[in-house]
Amino acid sequence: MKKKIEAKNICKSFGDKKVLDGITFAVEKGEICGLLGPSGAGKTTLIKILTGQLECDSGNALVNGIDSRQLTGTECRRFGIMMDNFGLYERLSCFDNLKVFAGIYGIGKNRIYEVLEAVGLADSAKKAASELSNGMSSRLRLARVLLHNPEILFLDEPTSGLDPATAEEIQGLIMTEKSKGRTIFLTTHNMTEAEKLCDNIALLNEGKIVEYGNPQEICRRYNYRKTLKIHLGNGKDMEIPHDEKSAEIVANLLKSNSVETIHTSEPTLEAVFMELTGKELAK
Amino acid sequence: MRNISVIFLKQVKDTLKNKAVLIQFVMFPLMTVIMENTVKIDNMPEKFFVKLFAVMFVGMAPLTCVSAIISEEKEKNTLRALMMCNVKPFEYLCGIGGYVWLMCMVSTAVFAICGRFSGNDLAVFLLVMAGGVILSELIGAVIGIFSKNQMSATSIAVPVMMIFSFLPMLSMFNDKIEKIADMTYTQQLNNVISRLEDTSVTMENVIVPTVNFILAVILFVAAFKKRGME
Repeated sequence: MKKKIEAKNICKSFGDKKVLDGITFAVEKGEICGLLGPSGAGKTTLIKILTGQLECDSGNALVNGIDSRQLTGTECRRFGIMMDNFGLYERLSCFDNLKVFAGIYGIGKNRIYEVLEAVGLADSAKKAASELSNGMSSRLRLARVLLHNPEILFLDEPTSGLDPATAEEIQGLIMTEKSKGRTIFLTTHNMTEAEKLCDNIALLNEGKIVEYGNPQEICRRYNYRKTLKIHLGNGKDMEIPHDEKSAEIVANLLKSNSVETIHTSEPTLEAVFMELTGKELAK
Repeated sequence: MRNISVIFLKQVKDTLKNKAVLIQFVMFPLMTVIMENTVKIDNMPEKFFVKLFAVMFVGMAPLTCVSAIISEEKEKNTLRALMMCNVKPFEYLCGIGGYVWLMCMVSTAVFAICGRFSGNDLAVFLLVMAGGVILSELIGAVIGIFSKNQMSATSIAVPVMMIFSFLPMLSMFNDKIEKIADMTYTQQLNNVISRLEDTSVTMENVIVPTVNFILAVILFVAAFKKRGME
């Protein structure tokens, strides 16, 4: 598979503060890669470097094989960027907001209606952006990014500040885009979202990637306890080793229909992050 | 060219719903129509309000509009979204600058109709107004680029706008102020418009606005190099 995004030993400092320190990873075509880290970990800085908004001090950021410092206008049109702080024209309607960008990309009106329909804003096409809820604004920003059918999507905290139901809608839209073969690079500090959406994640802490890989694999890698937690019908809990010796115990409990729930003991991403850094992801 | 027209059309729609900007284009022409037709004082110079308000308009409207538009786009990060879609700073500035210039020339047409200018007088009036609007827009762009948000833009634009728009009026009452005001393009514009019937453009009327323009360009380049369109 072709690598669509590559970071090679990227370093970036602001004054004396080293924000990114030797960041290396690659995202292949059709993959969703998530960058997880607490606020201030350097997620937005990295996305800005990858999209050519900011230059790194050393290392290389390649998008579609081209150094992000040398991206031309034509290359930029092959990706879409949804930054948390990219605003909307609040006095303009949803349709007119998209019309501005459709005009820049040379796209017809039909595509605007298509995208509004896709993000569930068709009925609000004439509504001013200032009258939209947070969730609707996010969907409109996503619509703006999808307008020109980009090959690569950069999404900076796409569900930040949204209620769970709206966040789930946005996540659904992201999965739909993945199913169309788009490569997606997103930042988040929501581990559930990362587990749900991402093929691979990079855990970023103080400018360094402290862990990289498939979310489930990472959790299994840090499953030192290897136990089974069983909640019984009588309200009691038991924890037994996750090995062949426990098979008979589990089988007997299942036969006697006394098992309420059964879980393996692999940690969550949050717990892995805590173990690696001593910090919580959400902070 | 396509990007310039997209920005221009965006600004047309946006301004129709932006009363703070819209009022700038309407206020002085409307006041001129009302005052010219209602106030009659003995020995008052002919077309006094047209000439007075036209100069104030040039010093105020383009400057505040351009600075307000740029600073709002910067504050809300819509400008960055445009830049990421490969809209060049030059295209953006041409788009909003062209729009503001056109709106100001529509207002100028109202002044011209109200003053019943015709022939050579009309041509000179339109020419100096067009040039004055461009210079004011450039100063507004410097303020907009230099400011991080709308509030800081307003705090700079208001005193600058007051200097350029009110000095010509105040210079009528005080010789010392007139000497200072003579160094500004709005005062020179005022000198030309107030002697419109004589059609006597002096070297000073040309040199001062040219020097003002060069200074504005230098400031614009410095502001752009320091802040860019971010």
